[in-house]
Formats: sequence, structure tokens, C-alpha cells
Amino acid sequence: MALSKEQIAQRIAQELEDGYYVNLGIGIPTLVANYVPEGIEVILQSENGMLGMGQFPEKGKADADLINAGKQTVTILPGGSFFDSAASFGMIRGGHVDLTVLGAFEVTDQGDIASWKIPGKMVKGMGGAMDLVASAKNIIVAMQHTSKDGQSKLLKECTLPLTGVKCVKKIVTDLAVIEITDEGFVLLERAPGVSVEEIKAATEGRLVVKGEVPEMAFS
Amino acid sequence: MNKVVKDAREAIKGIEDGMTLMVGGFGLSGIPENCISALVESGVKDLTCISNNAGVDDFGLGLLLKKHQIKKMISSYVGENAEFERQLLNGELEVELIPQGTLAERCLAGGAGIPAFFVPAGYGTEVAEGKEVREFNGKPHLLENALTADYAIVKAWKGDTHGNLIYRYTANNFNQPMATAGKITIAEVEELVEAGELDPMQIHTPGIFVQRIFKSTNYEKRIERITER
Repeated sequence: MALSKEQIAQRIAQELEDGYYVNLGIGIPTLVANYVPEGIEVILQSENGMLGMGQFPEKGKADADLINAGKQTVTILPGGSFFDSAASFGMIRGGHVDLTVLGAFEVTDQGDIASWKIPGKMVKGMGGAMDLVASAKNIIVAMQHTSKDGQSKLLKECTLPLTGVKCVKKIVTDLAVIEITDEGFVLLERAPGVSVEEIKAATEGRLVVKGEVPEMAFS
Repeated sequence: MNKVVKDAREAIKGIEDGMTLMVGGFGLSGIPENCISALVESGVKDLTCISNNAGVDDFGLGLLLKKHQIKKMISSYVGENAEFERQLLNGELEVELIPQGTLAERCLAGGAGIPAFFVPAGYGTEVAEGKEVREFNGKPHLLENALTADYAIVKAWKGDTHGNLIYRYTANNFNQPMATAGKITIAEVEELVEAGELDPMQIHTPGIFVQRIFKSTNYEKRIERITER
């Protein structure tokens, strides 16, 4: 069975380590915050200028001056801080953020990523995505393995305008956990009940399978 | 030293057709609502606006867009605005998209007298077109130029008569870097106090960067996406 969006987020949350500063993108990445393993403390960075981002405010407590990068009202946790946009991207560019999780339209077996523009449709802008992918020490991409009509999104070359080159290290899709190395897409784990053959068929880029590939484990 | 002006109308005096403005804010958070309204009222046009976003259809910079007062937007993300999209597709509006961190740093560099600098963001993408590439520590970087503006317009929480500013929560965002990069910087504040009343250790923007300041009268502080538990 292919994973739900929540399960993709849950699997990514297993990659978190105690003390990590983490930037979560909009969409599936945001859901990762709901599955932080017990006993682990991570601090969320919001690129519009906050460390220690908390959950949504209680009813009636929303404040227009306290939002996240998706323009949603949020709260700040004890130990958090506020800063300007230049300082925020200084943290990102300077490699101080331990993990970045973001979505993508396409990823290649070289680690290239396309995530911001679909020519012919509206161009909304890259926001902070190019800064994040160019500088993050560790990037995990959360995405669907194929498009709605079954086309692979794990490619040899991106067909859409690039967000960054040779930067993605790991992908968690609805079908698999994949690491990107010099060899290509290395298959680490399968979604429960999904075969290696199914993943191969859904992957256009170079897929490397080494020995037995375990199923993802969910607690 | 007293930089206080009466209101938004007086603050924007001197802004003429064809000028370049920096406008603080992220989404609708921390935008200079009062100055934007005064600009709409003034009818000034052919503006180039450097702002992270372009407002929504009926608020923020969207109000200036609707009246065709903006010729060019320099931003990182311009979604959420149907009028913007319509004008862009019709060729009525120019847009230059810049990675968000690069945009913030270009403003900061403009204010700090650094004409250009290298960043990795955008290498290998269409953002890199026409830009010098140089390798540092084995990684390719793009040469990015500083940005300055005829006027920078920012919104702060508290300010004093010397132009010292304190921002509130995430409403700081682009206001702080942009405040440094205007030939003339205008600050609108929710609370305006006498010099000496703000704690000098808590100032975000030192008054040297600010030429005009006023207490704004009413804030709608519209929220783009109210999310609650």
C-alpha cells in the first residue's frame, strides 16, 4: 500500500535527532511536526524570522504579527526567538540549520530538484526554496513517487525549471525511502506491501537495489 | 533632533512617478498599511516596488497594483493575488523574482555599503542567467548586486522621535534590512514615544537609518490565513 501524506511525514520524523534545528516547508513537510518521536527535542525554524515555532494558537488568540512562512498564525515556544529575514537566511545559508524538509515536483538521480515553477501556469515565485536547497547540510524531499497519471517524478533529468542542482540527499515518497549517492537513487526501504518491482517501474532515474530491501517500520 | 512627521500623507512627500520603493513586510504581516493607503491616494505611478510579496487583491500592495501604480515588482513570492497574475499575463506588469534570502541580503548589503557579494542560492537555475559564477570552498556561487531604493517604507511596533525602531514578533521580517537601504527611510509605528523612553538595548533599527517617522492611526492587521487549534 502506498503511504498516505501523514505516513510520509511520520517516516520523515524518524530521521529527526535530539537537538536538531529543522526547517519544514509547506505541505507534507509541515505535518512532520506532528510526529516528532517521544524523548526528542527539535526546534523549528520559520524562515520569516522565528526559532521555536509552536502549534497554532488557541481559538481567539491569533495574532497578525505572529505567522509562519505559509502565512498561517502560529505561536512561539519557551526558548524561542524572533529575528529579521536577513538573519533568518544567514542561519540557513551559514549551515546552522541541521535539516530541511521540503516538497518537490521532480527530483533527479543526481540530486537536482524542481519545485517552484510550472511554465505556462502561474509563476508564484521561489520564495526561500532556492536558498534552502543551496545551503542546507541535509535535505529530505517529501513527495509523491509518480504524478496522478502515473508518470515518474524521480527522473534522469528534470523537465521543469530547477530550484537547485546536486543538493537532495534523501527522498521519502509514498512508495519508498531513497538515498541519493554517486550511484543514483539507492533504494533503502519500501512502503509496506510495495514490491521492489513496483518501485522500479515507478522510477525513471537510475535505481540501485542492494540485497534485501526492508519494509518501512511504523510504531 | 526630531524626525516626526504628522501623518502618512506628509511622510510620503517627495515620492514621484518612476521611483523605486522598498516596502517591508512578509505576506500581510508587518506591512506599512498607512503609507500604502497614502500612496494609493496620491496617485503616484510607474513605481518599482521591492517587496517580498505583492499583497492580496484588496490589501497591501494589491491596492497599488489594482490602480496600475506599479510598473515592476521585485519579490521572492507573488502568489495569492489574482490581479497581479492578470496584469503579468497581459504584459502590464514586469516582475523580477529573487530567492528570498538573496533578496534580504541584497537590501542589507545596499544599506551597508557592500556593492555585491556571492551566494550559492540559484546556481544552476534560471536565476543564474547572466551572473558571474565563482567557486568558493569547492562550491559554485553567484555574484549578486546590492539593492537600494529612493524610499524605504517600513512598519515597526514602537519608535521614538529619533527614529529608533522596535519590531513585534515576526512582523520584523524585511522591515529591518530594508530600513537600512532607503535614501530616505519612512517608518510608521503603532506607538511613538519621546527619545529616551525606549530601552537602547532593545532597539532593532538604530535611528540613523530613519529620516521620517509617524504614529499611524489605525491598523487593520489583516490575517491571510487564520489557523487555530
